[in-house]
Amino acid sequence: MADAFISIRDLFKGFGAQEVLSGVSLDINKGESVAIIGQSGCGKSVLLKHLIQLLEPDSGQVLIEGEDVTALHGRALVKLRSRVGMLFQSSALFDSLTVAENVGLGLKETEHLDDATIERTVREKLDMVGLGDILEKMPSQLSGGMRKRVGLARAIANNPEVLLYDEPTTGLDPITADLIDNMIVELNQKLNVTSIAVTHDMKSAFKIASRIIMLYQGKVEIDGSPEEIKNTTNPVVRQFIEGSSIGPVQVQ
Amino acid sequence: MQFGLETIGRRGVNFVRITGGLFVLLGRFIVSLKHAHKSFGLILEQLYVLGVKSLPLIVIISIFVGAVSAWQAAYQFKFIGAPLRLLGHAVGKAVVIELAPVLSAIVFAGRVGAGVAAELGTMKVTEQIDALESMGINPIRYLAMPRIIACVFMVPFLVVFANFIAIMGGLIVSVIGVDVSSETFLNGFKDSFQLKDFVNGLVKAAVFGLSIGLVGCYEGFAASGGAQGVGKATTTSVVISSVLILIFNFLFAVILFRV
Ligand SMILES: Nc1ncnc2c1ncn2[C@@H]1O[C@H](COP(=O)(O)OP(=O)(O)O)[C@@H](O)[C@H]1O
Ligand SMILES: [Mg+2]
Repeated sequence: MADAFISIRDLFKGFGAQEVLSGVSLDINKGESVAIIGQSGCGKSVLLKHLIQLLEPDSGQVLIEGEDVTALHGRALVKLRSRVGMLFQSSALFDSLTVAENVGLGLKETEHLDDATIERTVREKLDMVGLGDILEKMPSQLSGGMRKRVGLARAIANNPEVLLYDEPTTGLDPITADLIDNMIVELNQKLNVTSIAVTHDMKSAFKIASRIIMLYQGKVEIDGSPEEIKNTTNPVVRQFIEGSSIGPVQVQ
Repeated sequence: MQFGLETIGRRGVNFVRITGGLFVLLGRFIVSLKHAHKSFGLILEQLYVLGVKSLPLIVIISIFVGAVSAWQAAYQFKFIGAPLRLLGHAVGKAVVIELAPVLSAIVFAGRVGAGVAAELGTMKVTEQIDALESMGINPIRYLAMPRIIACVFMVPFLVVFANFIAIMGGLIVSVIGVDVSSETFLNGFKDSFQLKDFVNGLVKAAVFGLSIGLVGCYEGFAASGGAQGVGKATTTSVVISSVLILIFNFLFAVILFRV
């Protein structure tokens, strides 16, 4: 499929002697909401980071609209990154900055907008995640769920075309997790973005994604609609979605 | 025995890796200076946080550095029978050329170099550096450059104070403990004072500052693996920058102060 919006081709990545990705290939169309599932430590975050060159592959390509982004640098790289927003696994809020400064940092430092515009945008984005009233709080004063929501607001601050969510619900109580899931579904629709969410939370994956991909042993194990995933007979996938420690998948 | 060789090999590889890394960071720092105007506020903040806030500590250590050098000189003078009116000479030279720059830099490495490594290391292991990059912000320009600049300017700034306070410390000990009048002490100091020594001391201090800033940022950016990794980065940064300070200091002595 040459005309996919995002195309990952035969991606290999290792750290020292450990091979993490061993030939991942997948295509994502514009507007899709994809969930990538897999065991902890199977390389989901590593895969996501390749999309904005936070990591460089040992071999293989990541094409966005046909352009290989693994070799970009300088302005072209900044431009790519401005098209993509990312919510990090640990939220990764800057702990020396207030909530408002966190959300507005990219607007100030890379888009060079004036203070009034930044303030208006920050307020608007925080309202979208239901946190319009905590602008001056420090990240250390927030709960895990609130940190994720600030991270979300920061990720959408400059209206990206692509959103990457790294384990948006991990470590949250089920109710807050559901709130975040709903927020993601709403944002994906409202902002008309292409989204990739990495998770090992099956409930969350079924809720937010129109397509589910499972990584196993460094490769794509299955790629299909939520229905197909639910009904698959693939023993690896079955074991994962049923959450059983007994089966073909070894627990390291 | 094989184990010993392996350890030496690994240390050697580490040494090469760190040296290479420091040079790469130095290059990227110099390139980022092009965008210094964009980081003006950040630079001012770091000058204050890293430099001005180190002043009380530098004042305290300098009093005692001056005091002990006067005491030690008097003790040696007595032993070799040198006249005590030369005390100001000895203390002045020792403080301005060696003690103030080296000891200020080592204390600065312990306070500021460690702080920078810990702060950037924490940002690294909590993905804050990744987050910066994901927003198109260059961490070298945004984080490292303001800190390195602050180190380069603030170590000499602190050494100016250290010189002054240490001479005062020496003076106090001379008057109270050794029975040399303040006039005699200060005349001795004035006679021996050379602007060249003072300026060379500041040049050294700037080089020490550059090393401290580079090493702190390098170790911070290279941190991995959670709290333990940050702790390791912090300790390593103090060890490496202290060793660098002493090595550079010796090279400066050989080059600048010919015997
Ligand atoms: N920067 C790195 N350096 C070394 N090893 C790494 C790095 N990033 C990830 N890894 C390793 O790669 C593997 C996959 O990590 P990750 O993608 O974070 O897993 P997950 O699927 O849980 O997100 C892990 O074994 C991890 O230790
Ligand atoms: Mg992960």
